[in-house]
Amino acid sequence: MQKNAGIRLARTIHFICNNEIISTEINPAASALDFIRTQLHLNGTKESCREGDCGACSILIGELNGSQVNYKTVNSCILPIGALAGKHIVTIEGLNQQNLNPVQQSFINESAIQCGFCTPGFIVSLTGSLLSSSKINYVTLLAAIDGNICRCTGYASIKRSIINFVDLHSNKINQANERTKELVQYGIVPEYFLSIPDMLNNITKEAKEDYITNGLVTAGGTDIFLQKNKEIENEGIIFIETDSKLPKIYIENNECRISASATVNEIRESSILNKILPDIKEYFSLFGSTQIRNRATLGGNIINASPIGDMTIFFLVLNSILHFSEDGKLREVSMSEFYKGYKLFDKKPKEILETISFRIPEKGLKINFEKISRRTYLDIASVNSAILINVRQNIITDISISAGGVAPFPMLLKKTSKYLNGKQLCLTNLKEACEIAEQEISPISDVRGSAEYKTILVKQIILAHFNKLFPDLIKAEELVW
Amino acid sequence: MVNTDLTKHVRGESIFIDDIPVPVNTVYLSILFSPLAHGKIKKIILDEAIKVPGVKKIFTAKDIPGKNQIGGIVLDELLLAEDEVTYVGQPVAVVAAETQLIARIARNKIKVEIEKLKAITDPREAFAAGELIIPPKIFSSGNIETAWKDCDVIVDGTTETGGQEHIYMETQVSLAFPIDGEGIKIFSSTQGPTVVQRIAARVLDLPMNKVEVDVPRIGGGFGGKEDQANAWAAITALAAFNLKCPAKLVLPREEDIRVTGKRHPYSSDFKIGLDKDGKILAYEFTFYQNAGAAADLSPAILDRTLFHAANSYFIPNLKATGLCCRTNLPPNTAFRGFGGPQGMFVIEAAIFKAAQTMGIEPDVIQQKNLLKEGDSFHYGQNAVNCTARLCWQSLDSKFQIKEIKDSIAKFNSSNTLLKKGMALMPICFGISFTNTFMNQASVLVHIYSDGSVGISSAAVEMGQGINAKLRQIAAKIFSVEISRIKIESSNTTRVANASPTAASSSTDLNGKALLIACNTLLERLLKSAKEDLNLKENSFLEIKNEIVYSNGNPTKSKWIDIVNSAFLKRVNLSTQAQYATPGIYFDKEISKGNAFAYHVYGTAIIETTLDCLRGIYRIDSVKVVHDFGKSFNKQIDIGQAEGGIVQGLGWITIEDIIFDHEGKLATNSFSNYKIPDIHFAPEEMLILPLENSTNPSGVFNSKAIGEPPLMYGIGVFFALANAMKAFRPNINISFSAPLTPEKVMLKLYSRSKEKSSNYLSQ
Ligand SMILES: Cc1cc2nc3c(=O)[nH]c(=O)nc-3n(C[C@H](O)[C@H](O)[C@H](O)COP(=O)(O)OP(=O)(O)OC[C@H]3O[C@@H](n4cnc5c(N)ncnc54)[C@H](O)[C@@H]3O)c2cc1C
Ligand code: FES
Ligand code: FES
Repeated sequence: MQKNAGIRLARTIHFICNNEIISTEINPAASALDFIRTQLHLNGTKESCREGDCGACSILIGELNGSQVNYKTVNSCILPIGALAGKHIVTIEGLNQQNLNPVQQSFINESAIQCGFCTPGFIVSLTGSLLSSSKINYVTLLAAIDGNICRCTGYASIKRSIINFVDLHSNKINQANERTKELVQYGIVPEYFLSIPDMLNNITKEAKEDYITNGLVTAGGTDIFLQKNKEIENEGIIFIETDSKLPKIYIENNECRISASATVNEIRESSILNKILPDIKEYFSLFGSTQIRNRATLGGNIINASPIGDMTIFFLVLNSILHFSEDGKLREVSMSEFYKGYKLFDKKPKEILETISFRIPEKGLKINFEKISRRTYLDIASVNSAILINVRQNIITDISISAGGVAPFPMLLKKTSKYLNGKQLCLTNLKEACEIAEQEISPISDVRGSAEYKTILVKQIILAHFNKLFPDLIKAEELVW
Repeated sequence: MVNTDLTKHVRGESIFIDDIPVPVNTVYLSILFSPLAHGKIKKIILDEAIKVPGVKKIFTAKDIPGKNQIGGIVLDELLLAEDEVTYVGQPVAVVAAETQLIARIARNKIKVEIEKLKAITDPREAFAAGELIIPPKIFSSGNIETAWKDCDVIVDGTTETGGQEHIYMETQVSLAFPIDGEGIKIFSSTQGPTVVQRIAARVLDLPMNKVEVDVPRIGGGFGGKEDQANAWAAITALAAFNLKCPAKLVLPREEDIRVTGKRHPYSSDFKIGLDKDGKILAYEFTFYQNAGAAADLSPAILDRTLFHAANSYFIPNLKATGLCCRTNLPPNTAFRGFGGPQGMFVIEAAIFKAAQTMGIEPDVIQQKNLLKEGDSFHYGQNAVNCTARLCWQSLDSKFQIKEIKDSIAKFNSSNTLLKKGMALMPICFGISFTNTFMNQASVLVHIYSDGSVGISSAAVEMGQGINAKLRQIAAKIFSVEISRIKIESSNTTRVANASPTAASSSTDLNGKALLIACNTLLERLLKSAKEDLNLKENSFLEIKNEIVYSNGNPTKSKWIDIVNSAFLKRVNLSTQAQYATPGIYFDKEISKGNAFAYHVYGTAIIETTLDCLRGIYRIDSVKVVHDFGKSFNKQIDIGQAEGGIVQGLGWITIEDIIFDHEGKLATNSFSNYKIPDIHFAPEEMLILPLENSTNPSGVFNSKAIGEPPLMYGIGVFFALANAMKAFRPNINISFSAPLTPEKVMLKLYSRSKEKSSNYLSQ
């Protein structure tokens, strides 16, 4: 059983920015972006939206793992400085060398720059992917900039730059385990990257940390930093910490356990989860952006209790159990009983969500997740939904459907599921189920859509689940109504 | 071609205004904006706010030494509210403090008592209440009254187009320094340094020569910084002037979106008449322009809507009415296309509906009515070098319209829940400011004694590549290494009385002025070189790649030699030159004249795929034949076209501006106002230049490129409409843009007859 190592707040925060060691006593809740721009005077990192939604402020954050450093792209605007302790961060300045590096050169080759305000962010994100992806190709690099917005270019020239880069360089980059060395060799990152592991070892030894127990609990901070910017500055924050030696995702007694602090990307990349939930990587490619997925945690998604949290909606149908702790006292709550109202849930103020667990779905169980939003990527759902279902000889035997954005909290469509359980899988029953779902939900009109739209979406998504999972049983023609 | 700007950008080394190092005594500003759309200010209570440690001063209207007036076309906009507020987001008071955080904390402690008055957000409602900013504008040609009799088909309807937020990636920012006790220097992220100078001078009661405005570069503008940088620059100038220390203001994104104006939403009525073959005989329409609370540039924008209301089509009888309606929204403003897109959407909707009625495809009507050489526009100008038909034909021969249609038909017959739709979208866009006097520009060119060249123009580099183009022009005329040429910041002390960088015309105007200046200097240099080389007056001297040639033969003289010698001989190596577009005029009384130097044409074919189960869609391709004239920088021009198209299709699809009935913006952040990302942008964009085109009115025969391509994006609406009709042949398309996934879904599945969206309105 994994356990919270405690709550940490270092008085002095030590980290490396580019090739320099930084020590600061600044409020750990302060935004990394402000620190980078106003204290370190590194102006290549830009502020545009300040809510994690544009990537202009992208930086890399590297964490020591054995003798290697693992890098991820993150948005510095919603990143608390405290989260940098013991890490290496890289800004655009830290990628510059005497001559343009090949990523920069590819942007020049294809004129993928207009006003230039977004450009450093794109270069950083692409480099982040080069440092961290096992495979380097057009698709992986395109995915790496799903959190970078450009208002000028229409992206066509940026796509051409990636093609240009892939054509010229991708065949050279193939050793995932010696990646930093490789990139140094080809001039993609500067040589100082090679000395970072040693430097990190030294600063982590130096760091003395005081432990405190008050303040806002922060995991990835991707929700809390948007909602409570001011309170954080006043109250301070405490970071959730897990013992990094323990696995975040593991199987025990036919049960899968995921640490609350697992990030969306850790979940997407987990070989265990990909085995038992085959399309999970695909589903959560619709969650935020690369930068957000590198920070956003499962625990944060569940405790944030947004009615449209994507992971929450997904793990609801798995009948998951939430495991809380408070001063060593453990408590379990079924996720299906957890939510009580808008941002109301069964958790005591000081309780920390440690893990969530679910029984590994039996053979034959099928799962699907759907999310509909105005913009397909990097957008919050208008409605999302997951389904878990078993059909034997055309009879639905086990079923659970969840839906987000249609009630004050993430909802299990219990009545709808109950109606379908034991029924024959046919269009008549599905349509009836849609009518029941309509009765069961209580969407409101807001910027993500009118109540009427959301009602239509729930029904259509139910049909979409079946269309996707049982294309042979539910014919497309039948779904035109 | 190496572009030094680009190299700096990829290294994160280019300086935007927020990156300029500031002195320690700089004060930071935070603005208190009106929380209400309409009301009487009863009291502004500053007591709590002023007590916050670190606050230097709080400014209200009474602290303005000059005129509290920032209006341009109409003097109807206050810098700081006096006794009334007329939109949510109107500046009321300004806190100056030691840090940004202190300024914001203090700002939040200001209390304003406002007596709420009725707010109007809908332009038709404003019109009914008599709230017009200027009298109705009417354009007409032929005889519309008699023309209806000749029509076999008459169709009418209404259309709506939504606003659009600029989302320049760099928000509004200004930094002002007091100069020598009596003047002020402002770094402003503006497209119009002269306008900022004029407004700041007016507000501070200074002559313009005591206000210097400098613009290093801006992080995107798109029209949103043509007039709307003025207020922020004037506010920082006010604080710096009063407190005698530098003052800085960066609008946080949420404030920028909430308080600045956007593309104008329009509500329009149309009536179109055709003969049985699809020839358009008559077109009558009324535009209700939602101008917001003050004129800003709305009247000029409305003009362009009227100019471009017939798009690329010849329509013999036309009557257009434009109504500039005052509402309680932030004053709407320029946005790439400047009213043109709103006008073109309506004619395209009219054609779509007429085609539906006639049982033919819209492109039959589109093609049949395309402008021909010599056709007269409804504003009296004749189409000259008209390439509307050539572009269409070239598109057809390159991309095979029929084949695309067939493949779509095939796809649709073999897919039930996925449907494809296509549309053609011709465009025609007039180049020139519609206000004739603005069609002028001047430059200042120095050749330094070491042979390097410095160019000052008022053109602001905002990503459109003007600096690269100006460098190219100078390098070409002098025939020297491009690395010798530097483009200076745009600065009102070096270039005065300039028009804003807008109307797609910065290359045309500044480039032509630069041609004149460079030729003047070249002439002086060659004259001096002739003397040096003891050549006869009539011998032919030129520079080729830095080397001086005499009658076609290289001499021993190089660029640097002749510059040096001319300098020693006291030849003037600097010059200023002005260019004013010839031959344009417009009689506002009768709405007739040669309003434009020339027109830009092109045609796009657009394909989309609609997931009819989920109501979401993908833009498969946008293929274009565009008339660039003779482009002298293809990479920049193609980039402008691609960027414009994606902005245009964003406007027409997912960029949904939602105000509630109280005039509060609901879509006030990146998280709920969505612009295209890399996945939403068309999977394929192919932009081919129309071959053998030329344009004597442009620099090196090129054509303006900034705005026109945006309007190709309009075609996405009709491509999606066709996909919807492939799924449900009997639906009537409502011409309401943006066509969000929500609107698609409601159209395909709504059971209620009521208009949807009960809580929020557009
Ligand atoms: C640009 C952007 C895009 C986004 N896109 C999506 C999206 O597509 N889908 C989606 O679902 N969400 C999205 N989000 C929201 C957010 O990223 C997710 O909800 C995320 O999972 C939150 O995790 P976090 O670790 O960042 O939470 P935090 O912000 O750190 O915390 C959120 C809340 O949970 C509490 N908390 C966190 N961990 C624990 C714990 N272990 N025990 C007790 N309390 C805890 C915190 O105190 C806080 O109240 C997006 C956010 C941004 C900024
Ligand atoms: S500033 Fe936009 S993501 Fe950080
Ligand atoms: S180049 Fe201007 S935002 Fe990307």
